Amino acid sequence: MPTLMQEEIAPSPNQSHQAKPARAARPDFLSVRNFDFFYGKKQALFGVNMDIPEKQVTAFIGPSGCGKSTLLRNFNRMNELIDGVRHSGEITICGQSIFDPKIEVIALRRAVGMVFQKSNPFPKSIYENIVYSLRISGKNSKGVLDEAVERSLRGAALWEEVKDRLHESALGLSGGQMQRLCIARAIANRPKVLLMDEPCSALDPIATVKVEELISELKKDFTIVIVTHNMQQATRCSDRTAFFYLGKLIEYDVTQKIFSNPSQKQTEDYITGRFG
Amino acid sequence: MARSLGNRVLSGICITLSLLTLVPLISIVWLVLKNGLPLLNWSVFTELPPAAGMVGGGFGNAVIGTLVMVGIGLILAAPVGILSAIYINEYSPTSRLAKAVRLVAKLLTGIPSIICGVFAFAVVVAATGSFSAYAGGVALAVLMLPTILLTSEQALIGVQNAYREASYGLGATKFQTISRIALPDALSAIMTGIMLAVARAAGETAPLIFTALFSQFWAKSLSEPTASLSVLIYNFSTVPFPHQLEMAWTASLVLVAFVTVANIASQLAFSKKE
Repeated sequence: MPTLMQEEIAPSPNQSHQAKPARAARPDFLSVRNFDFFYGKKQALFGVNMDIPEKQVTAFIGPSGCGKSTLLRNFNRMNELIDGVRHSGEITICGQSIFDPKIEVIALRRAVGMVFQKSNPFPKSIYENIVYSLRISGKNSKGVLDEAVERSLRGAALWEEVKDRLHESALGLSGGQMQRLCIARAIANRPKVLLMDEPCSALDPIATVKVEELISELKKDFTIVIVTHNMQQATRCSDRTAFFYLGKLIEYDVTQKIFSNPSQKQTEDYITGRFG
Repeated sequence: MARSLGNRVLSGICITLSLLTLVPLISIVWLVLKNGLPLLNWSVFTELPPAAGMVGGGFGNAVIGTLVMVGIGLILAAPVGILSAIYINEYSPTSRLAKAVRLVAKLLTGIPSIICGVFAFAVVVAATGSFSAYAGGVALAVLMLPTILLTSEQALIGVQNAYREASYGLGATKFQTISRIALPDALSAIMTGIMLAVARAAGETAPLIFTALFSQFWAKSLSEPTASLSVLIYNFSTVPFPHQLEMAWTASLVLVAFVTVANIASQLAFSKKE
């Protein structure tokens, strides 16, 4: 049962993304319009408007509780797992509303992968972790799965480290390896967008560098949105940065501009460490 | 000094009391082994119980009866218990139905087993007009259900939410998340709960007296009175014949061994491979 979402943004499995005719990256690949969001009576986001460009890294920064993770979790409708949430406004991917009743949330989440703050590999083998997204969409042929495992692990810069123990438990990996495994798992079924919710906050500096290098690699293929508390991280690996404060998008611009010459006083106060 | 003395006294008390808890268990095992072993041989599993005053024989029909009735109970109680646990933990944990199910299950665990027997008597024996293995199975199912339900719920609560989140984030449906992530992760704990229930049910006498009664013969169908180890122990331990008394000990030994082996086997088979 193909939905619009799958046709439009989920690539078909037999069509390699390199083989596609080159086209200009969309500047409004992921677009947010007048977006309000409520947890029960508490409003968490106020009238957010932004366009996230295709195949770039967009960082969300801001103090805790500013709504950056809330917005991120709306892009794949993960917030709907919480009782009593509601929203108004619109979010589109490739011009198509993600709230369209014709869009299955399952298909949306297959097209918009997510990496969580705390690495959460399943208590299964490395191999089964990666092929999970393929298996749940009914792909079980060994050739397809093997190809996805190698491609994803190479994509997550983990292949060389684990290729000899693919069938061992993922829980035996180090913290940094687990997070890269989660990235590999998220890209296995070729999503279009990759959401990362503070992916390095639980990692040591060396593992953090590896994940950041990986993010720069991944943006060749994916549109990446990353929430981070680490402003150096935002400067190191993002193209554009959005600063949120108290549920409002205060400033959104090219990363260099935000960190060298912000146009808003609040942004400047935050990045210079005066609050937050 | 005073603090370290206090520490030692407290540790001493704790160790002594821990050892005390082992006393009943060890003495039971010792008594059962001492009195049960002399008559234990293969023929007790293949022969029928001896008539009053006679020697020889065995309790093969009771062994089979216990296995069959525990099996029937398990077939009835396990699906209901596990599926209810899935509903009250995964689908609708805060709904009124879930709260009611949880409360009723907790109350049921406290109900004396004889009441389960009376219930099954009223529902099955009175309706069909005969004591039967079915009725015994129903009584044991009622007994097992709350244990299986509550331990399964705890097992599912023990599954990290991060796993579910990861699964939904990859585009899994609720059903896929439960069947591929939550249940496999909870399986060993669910199995432990089932074994607890089986162990308890296998030793129950009262519910079976009301439902399956007893039989001196091999059961030909599930709808006739059926022998069980626990009722055999009860019957034989109240008669004045030394051979029957000894056989009651042997049956106790078999019952204890059955429960122990089942427990160890389930732990080995379903222990988490991390």
